[in-house]
Amino acid sequence: MATRAENLVQRLQASLPAVTPQLNNDEVTLIVAPGDLLDTCKLLRDDEQLAFTLLIDLCGVDYGAYGKSEWSTDTEAGQGFSRAVDANSVGRLSFGQDAALADTGQPRFAVVYHLLSVQHNLRLRVRAQCEDDNFPVVPSVTSIWSGADWYEREAFDLFGILFDGHNDLRRILTDYGFVGHPFRKDFPLVGNVEMRYDPEVGRVVYEPVTIQPRVLVPRVIRDDNRYASGETPEPDDTQSDVV
Amino acid sequence: MPEIRNYTLNFGPQHPAAHGVLRLVLEMDGEVIERADPHIGLLHRGTEKLAESKPYNQSIGYMDRLDYVSMMCNEHGYVLAIEKLLGIEVPERAQYIRVMFDEITRLLNHLMWIGAHALDVGAMSMFLYAFREREDLMDCYEAVSGARLHATYYRPGGVARDLPDFMPQYEESKWRSKSAAAKANKNRQGSLLDFIDDFTTRFPGYVDEYETLLTDNRIWKQRTVGIGVVSPERALQMGFTGPMLRGSGIEWDLRKKQPYEVYDRMAFDIPVGTNGDCYDRYLVRMEEMRQSNSIIRQCLEWIRNNPGPVLTEDHKIAPPKRETMKGDMEALIHHFKLFTEGFCLPEGEAYAAIEHPKGEFGCYLISDGANKPYRLKVRAPGFAHLSGLDEMTRGHMLSDVVAIIGTQDIVFGEIDR
Repeated sequence: MATRAENLVQRLQASLPAVTPQLNNDEVTLIVAPGDLLDTCKLLRDDEQLAFTLLIDLCGVDYGAYGKSEWSTDTEAGQGFSRAVDANSVGRLSFGQDAALADTGQPRFAVVYHLLSVQHNLRLRVRAQCEDDNFPVVPSVTSIWSGADWYEREAFDLFGILFDGHNDLRRILTDYGFVGHPFRKDFPLVGNVEMRYDPEVGRVVYEPVTIQPRVLVPRVIRDDNRYASGETPEPDDTQSDVV
Repeated sequence: MPEIRNYTLNFGPQHPAAHGVLRLVLEMDGEVIERADPHIGLLHRGTEKLAESKPYNQSIGYMDRLDYVSMMCNEHGYVLAIEKLLGIEVPERAQYIRVMFDEITRLLNHLMWIGAHALDVGAMSMFLYAFREREDLMDCYEAVSGARLHATYYRPGGVARDLPDFMPQYEESKWRSKSAAAKANKNRQGSLLDFIDDFTTRFPGYVDEYETLLTDNRIWKQRTVGIGVVSPERALQMGFTGPMLRGSGIEWDLRKKQPYEVYDRMAFDIPVGTNGDCYDRYLVRMEEMRQSNSIIRQCLEWIRNNPGPVLTEDHKIAPPKRETMKGDMEALIHHFKLFTEGFCLPEGEAYAAIEHPKGEFGCYLISDGANKPYRLKVRAPGFAHLSGLDEMTRGHMLSDVVAIIGTQDIVFGEIDR
C-alpha cells in the first residue's frame, strides 16, 4: 500500500507535470522557481485532488553559511582547543565585524511554505529560491492565502526578503527603527546596538553593543565513519560487557 | 461644518487585557473599530537564532519559554522534529508519559485561558477557581521535573526521568499550621500517579462548576455570542488551527488526523462549534478539558501496569545513567561527548507538528549535519490567530476587542519568539 506521501507525489505529478516532487523522511517537497510560484500555489489550492487550503507556515531561510563548521574534525583533531575558536562565524562577531560568507554556489535566500490540505489530510512543503542574492524577491502569496500577510512581513523583517505584491510590507518583530535583518547568517548573534535609559538626556539612547561574543560549544560537522553513511548510529550494546 | 475624523486609540502594551505585551493601534469611529493594527515583537528574543547557536539539547529549555502556559507541548514539537531527523524510536512508556503530560498541559493552558478570558469579560471569580486547579497541575510538573513552569522534561529519545513514587509535601510554617499542612498533604501520600488519579476524579466536577458559572450566564452570553464570528472558509484562509478552527465547524485535530505518539490508542472525541463565535470557541475548549481528563485517565491505567525504560538506550543521543558512569569508561566518554559537543543530526530537513492547546505548533528544522540546527523555524499558532485580529474585530465595539483577544488565547512568548 502506498503511503500518504507517495500518494501525494502521484497526485502532484498528475496535476503539475513540470516540477518534480522530492520525497524525504515521509515529507514531500516541491521546488518552484519564483516566476512560477503564484500559478503553482493557486493550482495547489484550487485543484480538487490537492486542495491545500491552509497555509501553515511561511519562513525565510538564509543558506549563506550552509555546511560551514568551526572545527574540521578530520584534519585538526591533534591540535589544542584554539582550533575551535578562531573561525569567523556568526556567534563570534562583535560590533562592526562582518562575516565573510563563502560562496556556496547555490542561491542564498529561499522561502519555504508549509501547506496543509484539511480535506485530504496531506502536507506539502514548497521551496522558492530567490534568484538574486543581493536583492531577494519572491511574489507575495497574500492573494492566495490571506494568512500569509504576517508571515511575509516576518520573513522580510528577519531576512530582508522582499515580497512583490504585498501591500503592507513593514517590519513586524524587531524594534521601531531597527537596522539590518537579524536572522541573516552574517548578522552577529549579540546584535549591533544596545539601549538604556540615559537620565542626563532624559530618554532612551542606543549605543554600540558591549557584550563580548562567546561560543561555548563550537559548531561541528562530523564526517567520521559514524556519521558518514548518513544513518543513525547503532545503539551501543557494549555497556553490559564492561563493568 | 465641523471636521469629523476617526479617532486613533493606543491599546497596550501595558494593559491588563492585552495578555502580555500587545500594542494595538485602533482606528475608531466613535466606539466602533474601523481597523486594528497589532504591533507585536515587544517580547522578541530571537529564540530561533539562539537555537542556531546551541547544540540541540540546550534549546529544549528555550521551547518552554515560547508559550509559557503550555510548556511541555512546545518541547514536544521540538523533540519530535529532532527524532524525526534522527529516525529514532521512543520507548512506549515514554510515549504514554508524553501524551499524559501533553494533556495535563492542555488543562493548564485552558484553565489559564478560561481564567483570563472570563476575567477580561468581567467574571472575577473564574480566575480564582482556575488557579486553584492549576496549582495541582503545576505540582505534577514539579514532581516530575523539579520545576513548576519551565520543565525541560522531554528529551530527544524519551523523557528526562521516570515518574516519581512520591509527591512534594507541604511543610508546617509560620503561615501554615500543622493541621493545615496535613490537610493539604492528604492526597499527596501516594505516588504521582495516585495524585493525578485523585485530581482527574475531581476535575470533571470542577468543569461542571465553571459551566454553572458561565455557560448560561446572561452577561457571559451577551459578551460572547455573535462576537468575533469567523466562517470556516475565512478560518482556513487566515491559517487558523486548533480550537479557533474547530470553533468554526471544521473537524480538524492532529491527535486524530495525524496521530503522533500513542494518540491512536486513545478514545476521545473532537468537539466542534457551529457558529464560529466566541461562545462556540468557549464551548469547544470546555469540552476539550473533559476529553483531556479522560485521556489522562486512560494513560494512567497503562502507565501503572507497564513499567519500562523512558529514555532511549542509544547513548549517542541520551546520556547514560549516573551509576553506569562510575564504573564504565564507555559511558563516561558518551557522557563527556554528549555534554561538550552534543550530537549531530543527519543532513536534511523535517517538519514536526503537534496539536498544541492553542492550535498547530510545528518545528521546521534544517540540519546541515552539524551539532546545532542550521535553521529552526517555530510555527506558533498564536501568530496566525493574532494576524486575524484585524478582520475579527472590524465593526465591533471597543469592549469586544477584549473578548476577541481572550478567545484567541494569545500568549506573547510564542508570537514574538
